[in-house]
Amino acid sequence: MEFSGRLRKKLRLACDQKNACYPHSLQFYLQPPSENISLIEFENLAIDRVKLLKAVENLGVSYVKGTEQYQNKLEAEIRKLKFSYRENLEDEYEPRRRDHISHFILRLAYCQSEDLRRWFIQQEMDLLRFRFNILPKDKIQNFLKDSHLHFEAISDEEKTLREQEIIASSPSLNGVKWESESVYKIPFADALDLFRGRRVYLEDGFAYVPLKDIVAIILNEFRANLSKALALTARSLPTVQSDERLQPLLNHLSHSYTGQDYSTQRNAGKISLDQIDSLSTKSFPPCMRQLHKALRDNHHLRHGGRMQYGLFLKGIGLTLEQALQFWKQEFIKGKMDPDKFDKGYSYNIRHSFGKEGKRTDYTPFSCMKIILTNPPSQGDYHGCPFRHSDPELLKQKLQAFKISPTGISQILDLVKGTHYQVACQKYFEMTHNVDDCGFSLNHPNQFFLESQRLLTGGKDIKKESSQPETPQPKPSVQKTRDAASALASLNSSLETELEGLEDYFTLED
Amino acid sequence: MRLRNDGPWGLCSSRQFLWRSSLGQVLYFMESFDPAELPELLKLYYRRLFPYAQYYRWLNYGGVIKNYFQHREFSFTLKDDIYIRYQSFNNQSDLEKEMQKMNPYKIDIGAVYSHRPNQHNTVKLGAFQAQEKELVFDIDMTDYDDVRRCCSSADICSKCWTLMTMAMHIIDRALKEDFGFKHRLWVYSGRRGVHCWVCDESVRKLSSAVRSGIVEYLSLVKNMKNDKCGPWLEWEIMLQYCFPRLDINVSKGINHLLKSPFSVHPKTGRISVPIDLLKVDQFDPFTVPTISSLCRELDVISINEKEREENEADAKPRTRDYKKTSLAPYVKVFEHFLENLDKSRKGELLKKSDLQKEF
Repeated sequence: MEFSGRLRKKLRLACDQKNACYPHSLQFYLQPPSENISLIEFENLAIDRVKLLKAVENLGVSYVKGTEQYQNKLEAEIRKLKFSYRENLEDEYEPRRRDHISHFILRLAYCQSEDLRRWFIQQEMDLLRFRFNILPKDKIQNFLKDSHLHFEAISDEEKTLREQEIIASSPSLNGVKWESESVYKIPFADALDLFRGRRVYLEDGFAYVPLKDIVAIILNEFRANLSKALALTARSLPTVQSDERLQPLLNHLSHSYTGQDYSTQRNAGKISLDQIDSLSTKSFPPCMRQLHKALRDNHHLRHGGRMQYGLFLKGIGLTLEQALQFWKQEFIKGKMDPDKFDKGYSYNIRHSFGKEGKRTDYTPFSCMKIILTNPPSQGDYHGCPFRHSDPELLKQKLQAFKISPTGISQILDLVKGTHYQVACQKYFEMTHNVDDCGFSLNHPNQFFLESQRLLTGGKDIKKESSQPETPQPKPSVQKTRDAASALASLNSSLETELEGLEDYFTLED
Repeated sequence: MRLRNDGPWGLCSSRQFLWRSSLGQVLYFMESFDPAELPELLKLYYRRLFPYAQYYRWLNYGGVIKNYFQHREFSFTLKDDIYIRYQSFNNQSDLEKEMQKMNPYKIDIGAVYSHRPNQHNTVKLGAFQAQEKELVFDIDMTDYDDVRRCCSSADICSKCWTLMTMAMHIIDRALKEDFGFKHRLWVYSGRRGVHCWVCDESVRKLSSAVRSGIVEYLSLVKNMKNDKCGPWLEWEIMLQYCFPRLDINVSKGINHLLKSPFSVHPKTGRISVPIDLLKVDQFDPFTVPTISSLCRELDVISINEKEREENEADAKPRTRDYKKTSLAPYVKVFEHFLENLDKSRKGELLKKSDLQKEF
C-alpha cells in the first residue's frame, strides 16, 4: 500500500511538473525549448505548424476575423493539427509542447527574408489573437503576469474619478457594464494604435485602457518582440544551416507544399484525349486552361509550359502513351516534322513520367511552386494568371471566361492583396456556381478533382481529393512511415533542385 | 481630447491686435529689411547678438549623456543657397567660431546621431543612425488658406494670426495635459508660422511611429464641407476654422531638420524668437525684431558709448550685447525654459541616485 501510494505521488508530481512548464493554453514564446527531439519529430512538427499557419492565412481572407464562422473553423483546424488553444481542457501538455517547439522551429525557416518574416509574424499574431480572445476573464491577469507584461488594473477610486472621460473616449466600452470592466493604466506610447485613432482616454502621459483594448496592445508587444527575435535568429542562422540534416528542410520549408502530391496514378487511363477540350473549360484551373488554349492555338508550348501542363495532365490521369499521342498530334499541326518530335520532345515526355534517365517520377507542380518559381516571360503561357498577368489583362481574361463583374472585382481585390490562391478559389466558386468552394486551394490537380467531384456527384474520386485528415492513432512504426511519405512528398515536389536529397532521408528499412 | 469653450481668445482680442500691429507696421516701415544687406548684418548678429551660451546650454542637456552635443547634426544654408548638411561641433566655442566664419543665412537643427555627423563618411555603411531628437511641430499659415480670406500664401495679418494663436492653445494644452509633456518651446518661424520643440528626455527617444501617432491624435478630418445643417453647424464651423493643421512629415522623422530658434528668416529678416506661453494671446509677429532693426539698435548703443569700448568690442566679442536690445525679452523666455529643463534634470538625477542608494 505504501509503495503504490508513493508511486502515485511520484506520478502526480511528474504530471504537475509538466503542467508547470506550460501553465497556459497560449504563450508568447519567450523561452526556446530545451529538450532533445528526433529529426523526424522535428520535421513533422514543422510541417504541421506550416499547415496551421497557412490555414490561419486562408481563413483570415475568406472570413471576417472574429466572426463565429471564422472562430469555429479556426478552432477545428487547430484541433485537427493537435495544437493547443483552449485553457480548460484535460491533457493539454502535449498540444502545448507541440505548439511551443514548432513555433521555434519555424522561426529558423521564416527569419530569412523580409517577406517571410512579415508573413510569419502576421499569421502568428492572428493565431495569438484568436487564442487570447477565447481566454476566460479570470485567467487573463495570471497570463499577463507570467508573460512579464506589467499591466496593472487601476483601483476603483481611480476608475470612478475618471468615469466620464474614460467612457467617452473608449468606443470599446459601448454596451459594456462599467462596474465589471477592468481598466489598465499604461504609458501612452504603449497604446499607439489606440491613441492615434483617439480611442482611449489620455491623461498626463498615461492611457487608461479597458480590458478589451489591452488585446491590441499585447499583440503589438508580441509583434515587436517576435520581430526582434527573428532578426536575432537570422544572425545565428549560419550556425544552424551548417547542420546538414537541417539545412535542406529549413531552406525549403517556407516554399514547401505540404499536402498531396497528386502523383498517384489511381485514375490513370480514365480520361480520353477527346475529353480534354471540354474539360479545360469546365474543370481546369485558369493556369492550365490558358496553357491548353495556347497549345491549341499555336500548336506549340515552350519548355516551362510543357512542364507545368504536361505534369498536370499526368496528374489528372493521362497515361504515357496518351501523353505522347496528345503532344505529337498538336506539334505536328504546327508543321513540326514527326521525326523531329520523336527525337527531341518524346524523350522529355518519357523522362517526366519517370521512364528515362534517373527515373524520377516527377510530380505535378503545386500552386506554391508555380507562383514562386520560374516566372513567365514574353511568349510563355505558364505561371499563375493571378500572380503573373497584368491586372488589366487578367480582367479581360476573366471577362472572356464569362465571370460576372462583381466576381471579377472581388478577384482583382484578392489579387491586389496577393491572395492568389484564394482568387483562384473565387474563380472556382464563380464558374461552378457555389457560394463556398469547400476546400483550401493548394494544387491545380486539386482544383480539377474538386471540380470533377462537384460536376459528377463525387463518385470515384472521393479518396484522392480529400486532404489527409486527422492522423490515425498510430504506433510508432506507422508514424515513421507517415513521416517518410510526408518527407517524400516534400522532396519530390521540389524535383531537380533536390537531387540526391533522398540520401538524407533513408527511411526504408 | 477636450476643447475648451471658455476663454475669449480670438474674439475680443482682435481690437488689441489691430492697435499693436498698426504700431508694428509703422516700426516696420521705419526699419525695413533689405535682404542684400544680409552678409553684413549676419556678421554683426553672429558676433554680438546670437545667444551662444544659452543655445549650448539647451542642446547639451546638462552633459548627462556623453557626446550628446557632439553628435548633433546642424545644417547651414549659406549665401547663394549653398546648403551643407552633417555639420557638428565639439563645444560652444567651436560652434561660435564656425558660425562666425560661415555666416549662415539659415541654421537647421537635426538629430543626435550614433557618430559625429561631420565624420559620417568614415562610418561603416548602415552604422550611422539617427538616434534621438526633440519632437517638433510646424504650423504653417498656408495650411489655413481654405478658411482665411484676408490673406493668402506667404502673407499674414492680425486677423489670420488669431488662427495661429488658437492652434497653439489647442496643441499646447494637449501636449501638456494629455501627453504629460513638460518642456515645450514655442518659436516663431520668422514669417508665417510657429514651431514647437518638445524637449523632454523620454520624448527625444520616441520612435517615428509614436511621433506619427501623436500627430494623428492632434489632427482632425481634412476636408470638411460647408453644406451641413442642424444643431452642430456652428460647432463644426468653429472646428473647421480652429483645428490645428499639422504637417506629419515634419514631426514623424527622427532625422528631420527644422529651422533653429534664433535663426534669421532670409526673406523677412525676422528672428525666430521663442514665444512666451503665458502671453501667447498678446504675441504679435509684426513686433518681432528683424536683424536690421537689431543691428540699428546696436549702432545706437555704440554711438552712445565711448569709442574705446567699440574698439574692444571688435577684439573681444561681447556676449551680452543682446541684453541691451529688443532681443532681450525673448532670450529671457528661452532662459526660463532652460531653467525648467535644469530643474527636471536635477530631479531625475536625485531619483536615480536614491534608487541606487548613492550618497
